[in-house]
Amino acid sequence: MSDPVRLKAAEIAEALGDGSLTSVDVTQAHLDRIADVDDRLGAFLHVDPEGALATAADVDARRAAGETLPTLAGVPVAVKDLINTVGQPTTAGSRILEGWVPPYDATVVTRLRAAGLPILGKTNLDEFAMGSSNEHSAYKPARNPWDTERIPGGSSGGSAAAVAGYEAPLALGTDTGGSIRQPGAMTGIVGVKPTYGGVSRYGVIAMASSLDQVGPMARSVLDAALLHEVLAGHDPRDSTSLDAPVPSVVDAARRGDVTGLRVGVVKELGGEGFQPGVQQRFDETVELLAQAGAEVVEVSCPSFEHGIAAYYLVMPSEVSSNLARFDAMRYGLRVTPDGPPASAEQVMAASRDAGFGDEVKRRIILGTYALSSGYYDAYYGSAQKVRTLVARDFAAAFEQVDVLVSPTTPTTAWRLGEKSDDPLAMYLEDVATIPANLAGVPGLSLPVGLASDTGLPVGVQVLAPALADDRLYNVGAALERLVDAPVLADIDAGAAR
Amino acid sequence: MSSAISREDVAHLASLARISLSEDELDRLGAELPAILDHVAAVQEAASADVPAMSHPVPIDNVFRDDVVRPGLTPDEALAGAPASEEQRFLVPQILGED
Repeated sequence: MSDPVRLKAAEIAEALGDGSLTSVDVTQAHLDRIADVDDRLGAFLHVDPEGALATAADVDARRAAGETLPTLAGVPVAVKDLINTVGQPTTAGSRILEGWVPPYDATVVTRLRAAGLPILGKTNLDEFAMGSSNEHSAYKPARNPWDTERIPGGSSGGSAAAVAGYEAPLALGTDTGGSIRQPGAMTGIVGVKPTYGGVSRYGVIAMASSLDQVGPMARSVLDAALLHEVLAGHDPRDSTSLDAPVPSVVDAARRGDVTGLRVGVVKELGGEGFQPGVQQRFDETVELLAQAGAEVVEVSCPSFEHGIAAYYLVMPSEVSSNLARFDAMRYGLRVTPDGPPASAEQVMAASRDAGFGDEVKRRIILGTYALSSGYYDAYYGSAQKVRTLVARDFAAAFEQVDVLVSPTTPTTAWRLGEKSDDPLAMYLEDVATIPANLAGVPGLSLPVGLASDTGLPVGVQVLAPALADDRLYNVGAALERLVDAPVLADIDAGAAR
Repeated sequence: MSSAISREDVAHLASLARISLSEDELDRLGAELPAILDHVAAVQEAASADVPAMSHPVPIDNVFRDDVVRPGLTPDEALAGAPASEEQRFLVPQILGED
């Protein structure tokens, strides 16, 4: 048996099933790995050895007693620290929630526990999921296992680093404008944003409620599908949760057949502004799809070019509203200014200044501006119209093709600090991922090899109509077989076959 | 529409958002926001007046549950994260003025 941390989730599940491994063995191996390497990766904000091992021991005992268990029972998972976990702190990567332990579990965590997945700990993120590099974490930056001088992407950078760096076979991320897919691309793993409403948001700290989705991150398409199936399905506690059957994602991930499938290459998401090494890998991937029997056509989505502008109005507007709940009254940091007895309002303002970081403040102020009297129609109102146009572009495209493809990101991972002083430059990195959030359609990013110019992972994104998440997994599984993407040998050691 | 935004505007927005920004933060945001606003202002030319606004990806009406009592948090659980509490209530600074 090879090192358990190198196994994929489906392989671990199989080994647990045939008794060649125990969940305690596998969980301990991942905890040891975290202890060995996380000071270099910064992927975790909190590790819970006792809780994880207790779940593992329970699963092992039930299996030994002959109980039939869910597929992923005993396979460890890491959870983005934006998602409520009873018994473990949930900080959102922010000082304003430092040490806060939620009084209830998110529905997705309830489902992980019911399915018997040991929760290794909580992963690092950009504060309140706001960022594309994980450098906006109030605690520490997470780092890219391929090159620890580079960013792992964001905002689910800790989850991506943990999965890519063999600290966890599976992780939960959240994706508001690309925060699962972009770090997936940067670290050479699979990341999926399900259809909006496909996975419950109950107990997930809200950033932009009309855009946020929870989704799986893993080292294979099948692993992501197995986790997706655990997470998905209607939740009466989330009023935006869809009361619809969960697409058969696992079957699709086992199928992987693109014969006769109509694939649209999005004209606006490529070429100028995209790193040559990224574009080259993308073009090769499209060629492989055609060789495998897919019908490839070019599709134009002209409104996508306004996606970033619309997103950076809609999102901050919702942020300014959602983050009003951090008022220093009921939970979280309370800072009382010096001087005469302070009013609640003064305490609120001082606490929010002390507890929020620069990017969070920037977005709250931007959103407050976009929603303020006299600017609402010009900014927020216009952005909502652009959202309609983006949704119409998708609808028209999906009349011609079954799925759309593009590079997930314009570039490979950049160096820490490289874009820190230019927020707009960072925002532009989200160009390819944002349209799916604006329209609510699902998207998957998978690794397609290393860029010839930087030697770093490149991701290709697959997009499908709402509730057709299974198409992502079908195409993803096919590509996984067609593309010979190298895997990470070890941290900072580059790639090995 | 001009997207000019002054340092004074930022200070006003910060007071609306209940964040007591420092002088340095006001300087920095006052310098950063115009470039961001210039970029996002493109939405104003992108859509014509007859395009309907979209607030949400899924067309949903109000969602109600049956009006029945269900288990909730205990007072101790609800107050567990409170900065201050007293007699099973959140203890907060003075909200109203003296007079």
